[in-house]
Amino acid sequence: MESIFYSLQDFMTHSKGITYLLMGGILIFMPLYWLFLTDRDEKIETY
Amino acid sequence: MEQTSRISLRPLITPFNMILGIIIATGCIITILRFTGGLAAVTQLDDNNPWGIWIGFDLLCGVALAAGGYTTSAACYIFGLKRFHSAVRPAILTAFLGYALVVLALHYDVGRPWRLPFPIFWQQGTTSLLFEVGLCVFLYLSVLFVEFTPAAFEWLGFSKIREFVVKLTLLLTIFGVVLSTLHQSSLGALYTIVPSKLHPLWYSAYLPVYFFISSIFAGLSMVIFEGSLAHKHLHHKMDETHLKEANGVVLGFGKAASFVMAGYFAIKVIGISADNNWHYLFTDYGLWFLFELFGFVALPSFVYAIGVREKNIRLIQWTSIWTVLGIVLNRFNVSLIAFNWQLPSAERYFPGWMEIAISLFIVAIGIVAYRLATNFLPILYEHPDYQAH
Repeated sequence: MESIFYSLQDFMTHSKGITYLLMGGILIFMPLYWLFLTDRDEKIETY
Repeated sequence: MEQTSRISLRPLITPFNMILGIIIATGCIITILRFTGGLAAVTQLDDNNPWGIWIGFDLLCGVALAAGGYTTSAACYIFGLKRFHSAVRPAILTAFLGYALVVLALHYDVGRPWRLPFPIFWQQGTTSLLFEVGLCVFLYLSVLFVEFTPAAFEWLGFSKIREFVVKLTLLLTIFGVVLSTLHQSSLGALYTIVPSKLHPLWYSAYLPVYFFISSIFAGLSMVIFEGSLAHKHLHHKMDETHLKEANGVVLGFGKAASFVMAGYFAIKVIGISADNNWHYLFTDYGLWFLFELFGFVALPSFVYAIGVREKNIRLIQWTSIWTVLGIVLNRFNVSLIAFNWQLPSAERYFPGWMEIAISLFIVAIGIVAYRLATNFLPILYEHPDYQAH
Protein backbone atom coordinates (compact mmCIF):
# COMPACT_ATOMS: atom_id res chain seq x y z
CA MET A 1 0.00 0.00 0.00
CA GLU A 2 1.48 3.31 -1.09
CA SER A 3 1.26 6.22 1.36
CA ILE A 4 0.55 9.72 0.11
CA PHE A 5 2.99 12.36 1.25
CA TYR A 6 2.11 16.03 1.01
CA SER A 7 5.53 17.37 1.88
CA LEU A 8 9.15 16.32 2.03
CA GLN A 9 8.89 16.62 5.80
CA ASP A 10 6.12 14.00 5.82
CA PHE A 11 8.14 11.70 3.58
CA MET A 12 11.32 12.01 5.65
CA THR A 13 9.47 11.51 8.93
CA HIS A 14 7.87 8.35 7.60
CA SER A 15 10.87 6.80 5.80
CA LYS A 16 13.43 7.76 8.44
CA GLY A 17 11.14 6.53 11.21
CA ILE A 18 10.95 3.06 9.67
CA THR A 19 14.68 3.11 8.86
CA TYR A 20 15.55 3.93 12.47
CA LEU A 21 13.42 1.02 13.69
CA LEU A 22 15.13 -1.29 11.22
CA MET A 23 18.57 -0.08 12.28
CA GLY A 24 17.71 -0.80 15.89
CA GLY A 25 16.70 -4.33 14.88
CA ILE A 26 19.93 -4.76 12.90
CA LEU A 27 22.04 -3.59 15.85
CA ILE A 28 20.48 -6.39 17.90
CA PHE A 29 20.56 -8.95 15.07
CA MET A 30 24.20 -8.60 13.99
CA PRO A 31 25.86 -9.43 17.36
CA LEU A 32 23.46 -12.36 17.75
CA TYR A 33 24.37 -13.57 14.28
CA TRP A 34 28.06 -13.26 15.16
CA LEU A 35 27.48 -15.38 18.26
CA PHE A 36 25.63 -17.93 16.12
CA LEU A 37 28.62 -17.98 13.73
CA THR A 38 31.33 -18.32 16.34
CA ASP A 39 29.88 -20.19 19.33
CA ARG A 40 31.42 -23.48 18.24
CA ASP A 41 34.87 -22.03 17.51
CA GLU A 42 37.93 -23.47 19.11
CA LYS A 43 40.50 -21.18 20.69
CA ILE A 44 42.01 -19.01 17.96
CA GLU A 45 45.65 -19.67 17.21
CA THR A 46 47.55 -16.41 17.10
CA TYR A 47 50.89 -17.57 15.73
CA MET B 1 60.62 -40.02 -30.38
CA GLU B 2 57.04 -40.61 -31.36
CA GLN B 3 56.32 -42.13 -27.98
CA THR B 4 57.88 -39.16 -26.16
CA SER B 5 55.77 -36.66 -28.05
CA ARG B 6 52.63 -38.70 -27.42
CA ILE B 7 53.35 -38.85 -23.69
CA SER B 8 53.85 -35.10 -23.49
CA LEU B 9 50.72 -34.44 -25.52
CA ARG B 10 48.43 -36.89 -23.77
CA PRO B 11 47.47 -34.72 -20.76
CA LEU B 12 46.82 -31.80 -23.06
CA ILE B 13 44.14 -33.52 -25.12
CA THR B 14 41.23 -33.74 -22.71
CA PRO B 15 37.55 -32.88 -23.32
CA PHE B 16 37.90 -29.75 -21.18
CA ASN B 17 40.98 -28.57 -23.08
CA MET B 18 39.27 -29.23 -26.39
CA ILE B 19 36.29 -27.11 -25.36
CA LEU B 20 38.73 -24.38 -24.26
CA GLY B 21 40.47 -24.65 -27.63
CA ILE B 22 37.19 -24.31 -29.54
CA ILE B 23 36.18 -21.27 -27.46
CA ILE B 24 39.57 -19.62 -28.00
CA ALA B 25 39.55 -20.35 -31.76
CA THR B 26 36.01 -18.93 -32.06
CA GLY B 27 37.06 -15.92 -29.99
CA CYS B 28 40.01 -15.24 -32.28
CA ILE B 29 37.74 -15.20 -35.33
CA ILE B 30 35.24 -12.86 -33.63
CA THR B 31 38.14 -10.66 -32.50
CA ILE B 32 39.08 -10.17 -36.17
CA LEU B 33 35.44 -9.33 -36.99
CA ARG B 34 35.24 -6.89 -34.04
CA PHE B 35 38.37 -4.97 -34.99
CA THR B 36 37.69 -4.94 -38.72
CA GLY B 37 33.91 -4.43 -38.73
CA GLY B 38 33.46 -2.40 -35.54
CA LEU B 39 31.04 -2.89 -32.65
CA ALA B 40 27.97 -3.15 -34.90
CA ALA B 41 29.40 -6.22 -36.63
CA VAL B 42 29.41 -8.34 -33.49
CA THR B 43 27.16 -6.71 -30.85
CA GLN B 44 23.51 -5.88 -30.25
CA LEU B 45 24.42 -2.53 -28.68
CA ASP B 46 22.58 0.62 -29.68
CA ASP B 47 22.03 4.19 -28.45
CA ASN B 48 19.56 3.03 -25.77
CA ASN B 49 21.87 0.27 -24.62
CA PRO B 50 25.46 1.35 -25.13
CA TRP B 51 26.74 -0.93 -22.36
CA GLY B 52 26.07 -4.63 -22.78
CA ILE B 53 27.38 -7.91 -21.49
CA TRP B 54 31.02 -6.88 -21.95
CA ILE B 55 30.48 -4.25 -19.26
CA GLY B 56 27.91 -6.19 -17.19
CA PHE B 57 29.88 -9.43 -17.09
CA ASP B 58 33.49 -8.87 -18.15
CA LEU B 59 33.97 -5.61 -16.27
CA LEU B 60 31.53 -5.48 -13.34
CA CYS B 61 31.69 -9.20 -12.50
CA GLY B 62 35.40 -9.40 -13.39
CA VAL B 63 36.33 -6.58 -11.01
CA ALA B 64 34.06 -7.85 -8.20
CA LEU B 65 35.29 -11.43 -8.45
CA ALA B 66 38.93 -10.28 -8.58
CA ALA B 67 38.45 -8.70 -5.14
CA GLY B 68 39.99 -11.79 -3.56
CA GLY B 69 43.39 -10.15 -4.05
CA TYR B 70 42.84 -7.23 -1.73
CA THR B 71 40.68 -9.11 0.81
CA THR B 72 43.21 -11.94 1.21
CA SER B 73 46.30 -9.72 1.34
CA ALA B 74 44.55 -7.35 3.78
CA ALA B 75 43.57 -10.30 6.02
CA CYS B 76 47.13 -11.63 6.00
CA TYR B 77 49.31 -8.51 6.08
CA ILE B 78 47.10 -5.79 7.62
CA PHE B 79 45.00 -7.83 10.06
CA GLY B 80 47.94 -10.15 10.74
CA LEU B 81 46.04 -13.40 10.08
CA LYS B 82 49.15 -15.25 8.97
CA ARG B 83 47.29 -18.55 8.88
CA PHE B 84 45.87 -17.36 5.54
CA HIS B 85 49.32 -16.75 4.06
CA SER B 86 49.21 -19.71 1.67
CA ALA B 87 46.04 -18.27 0.09
CA VAL B 88 47.67 -14.94 -0.76
CA ARG B 89 49.63 -15.90 -3.87
CA PRO B 90 46.78 -17.76 -5.61
CA ALA B 91 44.46 -14.86 -4.74
CA ILE B 92 46.92 -12.26 -6.07
CA LEU B 93 47.36 -14.30 -9.25
CA THR B 94 43.58 -14.57 -9.75
CA ALA B 95 43.17 -10.84 -9.09
CA PHE B 96 46.00 -9.91 -11.44
CA LEU B 97 44.61 -12.10 -14.23
CA GLY B 98 41.08 -10.83 -13.50
CA TYR B 99 42.06 -7.18 -13.81
CA ALA B 100 44.28 -7.82 -16.83
CA LEU B 101 41.32 -9.51 -18.54
CA VAL B 102 39.01 -6.64 -17.56
CA VAL B 103 41.37 -4.30 -19.41
CA LEU B 104 41.50 -6.72 -22.34
CA ALA B 105 37.68 -6.85 -22.42
CA LEU B 106 37.57 -3.04 -22.40
CA HIS B 107 39.56 -3.04 -25.63
CA TYR B 108 36.65 -4.86 -27.23
CA ASP B 109 33.98 -2.66 -25.71
CA VAL B 110 35.24 0.88 -26.23
CA GLY B 111 34.85 2.29 -29.70
CA ARG B 112 38.43 3.50 -29.99
CA PRO B 113 40.52 1.25 -27.74
CA TRP B 114 43.80 2.89 -28.69
CA ARG B 115 42.56 5.90 -26.73
CA LEU B 116 42.31 3.98 -23.44
CA PRO B 117 45.50 5.64 -22.05
CA PHE B 118 44.18 9.14 -22.93
CA PRO B 119 42.28 9.78 -19.66
CA ILE B 120 45.38 8.82 -17.68
CA PHE B 121 48.15 10.60 -19.56
CA TRP B 122 46.64 13.25 -21.85
CA GLN B 123 43.24 14.54 -20.81
CA GLN B 124 42.13 13.91 -17.23
CA GLY B 125 38.39 14.35 -16.74
CA THR B 126 38.72 14.78 -13.01
CA THR B 127 35.00 15.30 -12.46
CA SER B 128 34.13 11.97 -14.08
CA LEU B 129 33.58 8.75 -12.16
CA LEU B 130 34.83 6.85 -15.18
CA PHE B 131 38.13 8.70 -14.89
CA GLU B 132 38.38 7.61 -11.26
CA VAL B 133 37.55 4.01 -12.16
CA GLY B 134 40.04 4.07 -15.04
CA LEU B 135 42.83 5.58 -12.93
CA CYS B 136 42.26 3.14 -10.05
CA VAL B 137 42.11 0.10 -12.31
CA PHE B 138 45.29 1.27 -14.08
CA LEU B 139 47.09 1.81 -10.76
CA TYR B 140 45.74 -1.33 -9.10
CA LEU B 141 46.68 -3.51 -12.07
CA SER B 142 50.20 -2.11 -11.74
CA VAL B 143 50.17 -2.83 -7.98
CA LEU B 144 48.95 -6.39 -8.58
CA PHE B 145 51.66 -6.88 -11.18
CA VAL B 146 54.33 -5.82 -8.66
CA GLU B 147 52.74 -7.99 -5.94
CA PHE B 148 52.79 -10.93 -8.35
CA THR B 149 56.44 -10.49 -9.44
CA PRO B 150 58.14 -12.21 -6.44
CA ALA B 151 56.77 -15.54 -7.69
CA ALA B 152 58.24 -14.87 -11.14
CA PHE B 153 61.55 -13.68 -9.67
CA GLU B 154 61.80 -16.85 -7.57
CA TRP B 155 61.25 -18.92 -10.69
CA LEU B 156 63.86 -16.89 -12.61
CA GLY B 157 66.31 -16.89 -9.70
CA PHE B 158 66.47 -13.07 -9.33
CA SER B 159 66.84 -13.13 -5.56
CA LYS B 160 68.00 -9.51 -4.98
CA ILE B 161 65.16 -7.81 -6.80
CA ARG B 162 62.75 -10.30 -5.22
CA GLU B 163 64.01 -9.26 -1.77
CA PHE B 164 63.38 -5.63 -2.65
CA VAL B 165 59.79 -6.28 -3.84
CA VAL B 166 59.01 -8.43 -0.77
CA LYS B 167 60.00 -5.47 1.45
CA LEU B 168 57.30 -3.43 -0.29
CA THR B 169 54.55 -5.96 0.57
CA LEU B 170 52.80 -3.97 3.31
CA LEU B 171 52.95 -0.74 1.32
CA LEU B 172 51.53 -2.47 -1.77
CA THR B 173 48.79 -4.11 0.30
CA ILE B 174 47.68 -0.78 1.78
CA PHE B 175 47.81 0.83 -1.66
CA GLY B 176 45.76 -2.08 -3.06
CA VAL B 177 43.08 -1.79 -0.37
CA VAL B 178 42.78 1.97 -0.88
CA LEU B 179 42.53 1.64 -4.68
CA SER B 180 40.06 -1.25 -4.44
CA THR B 181 37.83 0.66 -2.02
CA LEU B 182 37.83 3.55 -4.46
CA HIS B 183 37.08 1.80 -7.71
CA GLN B 184 34.83 -1.01 -6.43
CA SER B 185 32.54 1.66 -5.01
CA SER B 186 32.90 3.93 -8.03
CA LEU B 187 31.61 1.18 -10.31
CA GLY B 188 28.38 1.33 -8.30
CA ALA B 189 28.49 5.11 -8.24
CA LEU B 190 28.51 5.07 -12.06
CA TYR B 191 24.87 3.98 -11.93
CA THR B 192 23.81 6.80 -9.62
CA ILE B 193 23.64 9.05 -12.70
CA VAL B 194 20.76 7.01 -14.17
CA PRO B 195 17.92 7.25 -11.61
CA SER B 196 15.31 7.27 -14.37
CA LYS B 197 16.75 4.23 -16.17
CA LEU B 198 17.53 1.85 -13.33
CA HIS B 199 14.63 0.24 -11.46
CA PRO B 200 14.07 1.94 -8.06
CA LEU B 201 14.69 -1.31 -6.17
CA TRP B 202 18.23 -1.50 -7.53
CA TYR B 203 18.81 2.24 -7.77
CA SER B 204 19.96 3.78 -4.53
CA ALA B 205 22.21 6.56 -3.31
CA TYR B 206 23.97 3.71 -1.48
CA LEU B 207 24.96 1.92 -4.71
CA PRO B 208 28.69 2.66 -4.15
CA VAL B 209 28.43 1.09 -0.68
CA TYR B 210 26.54 -1.93 -2.06
CA PHE B 211 29.17 -2.53 -4.75
CA PHE B 212 32.05 -2.22 -2.30
CA ILE B 213 30.54 -4.44 0.42
CA SER B 214 29.43 -7.06 -2.09
CA SER B 215 32.95 -7.09 -3.59
CA ILE B 216 34.31 -8.19 -0.20
CA PHE B 217 32.24 -11.37 0.00
CA ALA B 218 32.61 -11.88 -3.76
CA GLY B 219 36.38 -11.91 -3.31
CA LEU B 220 36.25 -14.18 -0.28
CA SER B 221 33.92 -16.62 -2.07
CA MET B 222 36.07 -16.57 -5.17
CA VAL B 223 39.16 -17.49 -3.12
CA ILE B 224 37.24 -20.45 -1.61
CA PHE B 225 35.90 -21.50 -5.03
CA GLU B 226 39.27 -21.16 -6.76
CA GLY B 227 40.96 -23.00 -3.88
CA SER B 228 38.55 -25.91 -4.17
CA LEU B 229 39.20 -26.16 -7.91
CA ALA B 230 42.95 -25.99 -7.36
CA HIS B 231 42.68 -28.75 -4.74
CA LYS B 232 40.83 -30.96 -7.17
CA HIS B 233 42.96 -30.41 -10.25
CA LEU B 234 46.34 -29.12 -9.01
CA HIS B 235 46.64 -31.11 -5.80
CA HIS B 236 50.06 -32.44 -6.83
CA LYS B 237 51.41 -28.89 -7.07
CA MET B 238 50.62 -28.02 -3.45
CA ASP B 239 53.14 -28.26 -0.67
CA GLU B 240 52.51 -29.40 2.89
CA THR B 241 51.88 -25.89 4.26
CA HIS B 242 49.30 -25.18 1.59
CA LEU B 243 47.48 -28.44 2.21
CA LYS B 244 47.60 -27.94 5.99
CA GLU B 245 46.23 -24.41 5.88
CA ALA B 246 43.58 -25.04 3.21
CA ASN B 247 40.72 -26.02 5.53
CA GLY B 248 41.46 -23.09 7.82
CA VAL B 249 41.25 -20.72 4.85
CA VAL B 250 37.88 -22.19 3.80
CA LEU B 251 36.45 -21.94 7.34
CA GLY B 252 37.86 -18.47 8.03
CA PHE B 253 36.79 -17.00 4.70
CA GLY B 254 33.40 -18.73 4.92
CA LYS B 255 32.82 -17.14 8.31
CA ALA B 256 33.88 -13.70 7.08
CA ALA B 257 31.73 -14.00 3.95
CA SER B 258 28.71 -15.07 6.00
CA PHE B 259 28.95 -12.08 8.35
CA VAL B 260 29.62 -9.55 5.57
CA MET B 261 26.67 -10.95 3.59
CA ALA B 262 24.41 -10.55 6.64
CA GLY B 263 25.53 -6.91 6.85
CA TYR B 264 24.98 -6.47 3.11
CA PHE B 265 21.47 -7.88 3.44
CA ALA B 266 20.80 -5.41 6.25
CA ILE B 267 21.97 -2.36 4.30
CA LYS B 268 19.97 -3.45 1.24
CA VAL B 269 16.83 -3.48 3.41
CA ILE B 270 17.78 -0.07 4.79
CA GLY B 271 18.11 1.14 1.18
CA ILE B 272 14.53 0.07 0.45
CA SER B 273 13.35 1.77 3.60
CA ALA B 274 15.26 5.03 3.07
CA ASP B 275 13.72 5.46 -0.39
CA ASN B 276 10.34 4.09 0.77
CA ASN B 277 10.30 1.53 -2.05
CA TRP B 278 8.31 -1.11 -0.19
CA HIS B 279 5.40 -0.99 -2.64
CA TYR B 280 7.67 -2.11 -5.51
CA LEU B 281 8.32 -5.42 -3.75
CA PHE B 282 4.93 -6.75 -4.83
CA THR B 283 5.53 -6.20 -8.55
CA ASP B 284 7.26 -8.57 -11.02
CA TYR B 285 10.56 -6.75 -10.59
CA GLY B 286 10.01 -6.80 -6.84
CA LEU B 287 9.75 -10.59 -6.82
CA TRP B 288 12.92 -10.79 -8.89
CA PHE B 289 14.61 -8.44 -6.40
CA LEU B 290 13.48 -10.59 -3.47
CA PHE B 291 14.69 -13.69 -5.33
CA GLU B 292 18.14 -12.09 -5.59
CA LEU B 293 18.16 -10.76 -2.02
CA PHE B 294 16.92 -13.88 -0.26
CA GLY B 295 18.04 -16.56 -2.73
CA PHE B 296 21.56 -15.25 -3.33
CA VAL B 297 22.39 -13.20 -0.23
CA ALA B 298 20.40 -14.20 2.87
CA LEU B 299 20.24 -17.92 2.18
CA PRO B 300 23.91 -18.43 1.20
CA SER B 301 24.91 -16.32 4.20
CA PHE B 302 22.96 -18.67 6.45
CA VAL B 303 24.29 -21.78 4.70
CA TYR B 304 27.85 -20.44 5.06
CA ALA B 305 27.13 -20.04 8.80
CA ILE B 306 25.86 -23.63 9.02
CA GLY B 307 28.96 -24.82 7.14
CA VAL B 308 31.25 -22.92 9.51
CA ARG B 309 29.44 -24.18 12.64
CA GLU B 310 29.45 -27.78 11.39
CA LYS B 311 33.01 -27.44 9.97
CA ASN B 312 31.56 -28.75 6.72
CA ILE B 313 34.19 -27.80 4.12
CA ARG B 314 32.23 -29.25 1.20
CA LEU B 315 29.12 -27.24 2.10
CA ILE B 316 31.16 -24.00 2.29
CA GLN B 317 32.77 -24.74 -1.08
CA TRP B 318 29.38 -25.28 -2.73
CA THR B 319 28.06 -22.12 -1.08
CA SER B 320 30.99 -20.16 -2.53
CA ILE B 321 29.82 -21.12 -6.06
CA TRP B 322 26.29 -20.09 -5.09
CA THR B 323 27.57 -16.72 -3.83
CA VAL B 324 29.67 -16.12 -6.95
CA LEU B 325 26.56 -16.77 -9.06
CA GLY B 326 24.69 -14.31 -6.83
CA ILE B 327 27.26 -11.60 -7.53
CA VAL B 328 26.97 -12.25 -11.26
CA LEU B 329 23.17 -12.02 -10.96
CA ASN B 330 23.41 -8.76 -9.00
CA ARG B 331 25.74 -7.12 -11.52
CA PHE B 332 23.52 -8.34 -14.39
CA ASN B 333 20.46 -6.93 -12.62
CA VAL B 334 22.04 -3.52 -12.17
CA SER B 335 23.63 -3.25 -15.60
CA LEU B 336 21.21 -5.15 -17.84
CA ILE B 337 18.01 -6.64 -16.40
CA ALA B 338 16.71 -3.76 -14.27
CA PHE B 339 18.37 -1.21 -16.56
CA ASN B 340 16.06 0.56 -19.03
CA TRP B 341 13.23 -1.35 -17.34
CA GLN B 342 10.62 1.08 -18.65
CA LEU B 343 11.49 0.52 -22.31
CA PRO B 344 9.24 -1.80 -24.36
CA SER B 345 10.76 -5.25 -24.70
CA ALA B 346 11.52 -4.73 -28.40
CA GLU B 347 13.91 -1.93 -27.45
CA ARG B 348 15.61 -3.84 -24.63
CA TYR B 349 19.08 -5.27 -25.00
CA PHE B 350 19.84 -8.94 -25.25
CA PRO B 351 23.42 -9.99 -26.00
CA GLY B 352 24.21 -11.55 -29.35
CA TRP B 353 25.94 -14.91 -29.49
CA MET B 354 29.21 -13.29 -30.55
CA GLU B 355 29.20 -11.06 -27.46
CA ILE B 356 28.67 -14.13 -25.27
CA ALA B 357 31.41 -15.96 -27.18
CA ILE B 358 33.88 -13.11 -26.55
CA SER B 359 33.02 -13.17 -22.82
CA LEU B 360 33.65 -16.94 -22.76
CA PHE B 361 36.84 -16.36 -24.75
CA ILE B 362 38.09 -13.93 -22.08
CA VAL B 363 37.27 -16.43 -19.31
CA ALA B 364 39.01 -19.20 -21.30
CA ILE B 365 42.16 -17.08 -21.63
CA GLY B 366 42.06 -16.57 -17.85
CA ILE B 367 41.84 -20.31 -17.20
CA VAL B 368 44.74 -21.06 -19.56
CA ALA B 369 46.87 -18.28 -18.02
CA TYR B 370 46.09 -19.49 -14.47
CA ARG B 371 47.04 -23.04 -15.36
CA LEU B 372 50.26 -21.94 -17.03
CA ALA B 373 51.21 -19.74 -14.08
CA THR B 374 50.47 -22.39 -11.45
CA ASN B 375 52.33 -24.94 -13.55
CA PHE B 376 55.57 -22.99 -13.78
CA LEU B 377 55.61 -20.53 -10.86
CA PRO B 378 55.68 -21.15 -7.10
CA ILE B 379 52.04 -20.17 -6.54
CA LEU B 380 50.61 -23.20 -4.76
CA TYR B 381 53.86 -24.08 -3.01
CA GLU B 382 56.77 -22.23 -1.46
CA HIS B 383 59.96 -22.16 -3.50
CA PRO B 384 62.53 -24.29 -1.63
CA ASP B 385 65.09 -21.42 -1.69
CA TYR B 386 62.66 -18.92 -0.11
CA GLN B 387 60.81 -20.93 2.54
CA ALA B 388 60.71 -18.11 5.07
CA HIS B 389 59.16 -15.78 2.45
